[in-house]
Amino acid sequence: MEEIDDIVREFLVESYENLDQLDRDLVALEVTPGSRDLLSSVFRTIHTIKGTSGFLAFGRLERVAHVGENLLVDLRDGRRSMDQPTTDALLLMVDTVRDVLGSIERTGGEGDVDVDPAVAAITRLHDEPVAAPADEPVAEPVAEAVTEPVTEAGPETVTGAEPTVEAAAPAPRRKRAIGSRAAATKAAAEAAVTEATDQATDEATDEPTAESDEPTAIEPDAEPTAAVEAVEPPAPVVPTQRVPAAAPLEDTGTLRGAADSSIRVGVDLLDQLMRQVGELVLARNRISRLASAAEDVDLARSAQQLNLIASELQEGVMRTRMQPIDHVWSKMPRVVRDLAALCGREVRLEMQGGDTELDRGLLEAVKDPLTHLVRNAVDHGIEPPQDRVAAGKPAQGVLELRASHAGGQVSVEVRDDGRGIDPEIVGAKAVAKGLRTADQVAAMTPGELLQLLFLPGFSTAETVTNVSGRGVGMDVVRTRIEAIGGTVDVESTVGVGTVWRLRIPLTLAIMPSLTVECAGDLYALPQVHVVELVALDTQRPDSGIEYVHAAPVYRLRGELLPLVSLAGVLGVDEPGRDGRSAVIAVVQSDQHRFGMLVDRVLTTEEIVVTPLAARLKSIGVYSGATVLGDGRVALILDVQAIARRAISRESELAARNAQQEAVAARTEVEQVLVAGIGGGRRVAMPLASVARLEHVRSEQVELVGGREVVQYRGTILPLARLDRLLGTYARESDELLLVVYTRGARSVGLVVEEIVDIVEDEVGRHSTIDDAGLTGSTVLGDKVTELLDVRSAIVAADRDFYSDPLADDVFAGLDELVGAGR
Amino acid sequence: MSSFVTFTIEDRLYGVDVQRVQEALRAHARTRVPLSAEGVSGLVNLRGQVVLTVDLRPRLGLTPVADGTEQMMVVVRVGGETVSLLVDEIGDVVDVEPERVEAPPDTLDPAIRPLIRSACTLADQLLLVLDVDEAAAA
Repeated sequence: MEEIDDIVREFLVESYENLDQLDRDLVALEVTPGSRDLLSSVFRTIHTIKGTSGFLAFGRLERVAHVGENLLVDLRDGRRSMDQPTTDALLLMVDTVRDVLGSIERTGGEGDVDVDPAVAAITRLHDEPVAAPADEPVAEPVAEAVTEPVTEAGPETVTGAEPTVEAAAPAPRRKRAIGSRAAATKAAAEAAVTEATDQATDEATDEPTAESDEPTAIEPDAEPTAAVEAVEPPAPVVPTQRVPAAAPLEDTGTLRGAADSSIRVGVDLLDQLMRQVGELVLARNRISRLASAAEDVDLARSAQQLNLIASELQEGVMRTRMQPIDHVWSKMPRVVRDLAALCGREVRLEMQGGDTELDRGLLEAVKDPLTHLVRNAVDHGIEPPQDRVAAGKPAQGVLELRASHAGGQVSVEVRDDGRGIDPEIVGAKAVAKGLRTADQVAAMTPGELLQLLFLPGFSTAETVTNVSGRGVGMDVVRTRIEAIGGTVDVESTVGVGTVWRLRIPLTLAIMPSLTVECAGDLYALPQVHVVELVALDTQRPDSGIEYVHAAPVYRLRGELLPLVSLAGVLGVDEPGRDGRSAVIAVVQSDQHRFGMLVDRVLTTEEIVVTPLAARLKSIGVYSGATVLGDGRVALILDVQAIARRAISRESELAARNAQQEAVAARTEVEQVLVAGIGGGRRVAMPLASVARLEHVRSEQVELVGGREVVQYRGTILPLARLDRLLGTYARESDELLLVVYTRGARSVGLVVEEIVDIVEDEVGRHSTIDDAGLTGSTVLGDKVTELLDVRSAIVAADRDFYSDPLADDVFAGLDELVGAGR
Repeated sequence: MSSFVTFTIEDRLYGVDVQRVQEALRAHARTRVPLSAEGVSGLVNLRGQVVLTVDLRPRLGLTPVADGTEQMMVVVRVGGETVSLLVDEIGDVVDVEPERVEAPPDTLDPAIRPLIRSACTLADQLLLVLDVDEAAAA
């Protein structure tokens, strides 16, 4: 048996379904002959079969469908009304089509299924009322067949028979496996057809005899059909009833194989199975535990077997939900073609990795975003041909879709070689649309600017087209993708192209996760977000957590990592819990990397995700729940939501800071930030009054009235370079390190060369040196460190910093501190 | 004739439509859900299924039970979800003739009113029939 390729298999499955429908429609049509709905449904089905069989080079099938279609055209156009002979003829056609499909399924080719009786019957019927059939297309294949069989039917050899078959099937592609006998039948049958058109009976009575000699196992119905037809040509009532009865009997078990090999199963049922398998896995875990405790060899063996079977079952059930991404991609060529035509683009679509599988729920969820990205790439990405040629690129643009598995995720790329996205334009657009201020935009790196594309209400199209650029766009893409735990990213080089990269979890149902403990409860932290774990030394009093204002930070390999206490986010922070957080889980979510403080990390396990009640989902911190190996329920943390929550708390914290500073400043021992300012000099400044540390690129520095400023978070941040202020020179660098002070709405940035350390400073050890901008010096870590006169440095940057009518207590304390040394 | 699964909370008799009840069983260990509404008592593992547990006490204006008190769960179907209601004790399934079913008194606390569908006058006491959807949303 020949291997049936996928297209043919799909055609078979689809056609079987259509034929069943056709049977019902035809019968119904007989009852209500005038129904246009039914007629068009029947017509469509036959037309589809005809079209596809022509495409797949199933000539005989096409021929049957073709004559059937002709008859249906008459019916549809009202030239003929549905009567019993017509129905019979059409049913005969359906059965013949079914037989041919059966043969295709068994042998990969049309085999020797005799289509001629059906063709003859229909043609006869079709020709009856219409006087001149000469211009009818039906005549063609028949006429073609006439000439050859007459000459070649005599020598019944393989070679002789081949052309006959060829003649009947205009474009046969598949090898005919059947030998001379089949061909002979064919020839005879074809001869019969031609004659039957004129004078039915004579030839046909000969034919059955010829055929009945042959043990035609795969051709059960051809014989009776022809026979009875010959006897009773005008109204073949009997055959149509007998044939369908005969076919199922003989072919049960094989004929419907293609349809049976794939069945439609409700997703609900699959979900239910999935749940039950999850349950089974838990039960297995318990049994395994019991078995390992008991010293029973048989039990252990059985448990092990159970273990194996459950795992396989779980995997199998999971697979039922997996579908290749091709299901979504298959629509893309059409989308691209139509859109390219509409927009006047020349686009070649290339797809790689279409067999990459992912959960069908996820597939459904990425369909729209992906389509949007593809449309966007054609509409906005790829330039019109003349522009491309002018830019020295081939006129035809290339749009690539790539999918691959990468680290438990599926990565999908939509890549075009178009004009790329200019970050400057994106920035300008964001300003024009009032999404960001000019200052904010100026402070952004190109990568950050591109991220603006994902803002709600952003559209890059110069004009609104009906293709994309309706104001909904990338923000929807991002929201959708994030909703399924994925990420979307964009990279673009002007003139070279753009890459949109989606990262999607393989399945929503099962994910590797980290079980963490916080305030006595267990939570699951999806591992995709976890970058690394850092254990804190809880024995030491300071444990390495430092505070920039009230915001905890951790110095991880020289970089300050903002920390978010999980207990704090969840509101389960109890007094006296300080220091119980022993592990920092460094997590990455979108652009934000932060450390999540948890009490303990227990284990990593594959968790089965169960959805949460809508009410709990709306809390916005949990993405689901899961049953852990020990049967306990754990909530799954939604890292992205927590990141958003924690970041919005920043402003809240800033308000609280003001009070804390005042308290902190009065203590005798103060934490100071030690910074290098160049020339080996170090200055110390009270940490409590530092709002943030920031890196800015030196090209972002602008001059306003002779003062240096940078645009920062929507405001203008005046700068003071401490090296110049204190009479030294820092190294030239692309990047400036800023120590940001904030008072009310005003901020200033003090430029330092490097942050050296954060240390405890005992006020009593201060010595006085009177130099411009300094208030004294002290020894910190065996090095003499100058104490910065923060106030004067700030005033150097922003003269009006302190003149705002704001409670001045923040720096009042500071003055006391620095004043104490004098 | 309506049938109700009855249970007590703080010695008062409540009931829910028997059609809505999946099962009644001893309360499982719950996983609390920080930041959730007051009535959300936590999540339980009901044979592998994660089920939300609702404590009706805050809604009924009652104080929470002391730790370690044995409680029961009445598992009900709400929409497509399964929710378990935390109760003190499970009672019988009672059949109530239609004429014994009365509207809740007008004097009922407006906060509780949507929760109580009707009051049934049983021979020895009053049975307050809870609106399952409302109760599960507590």
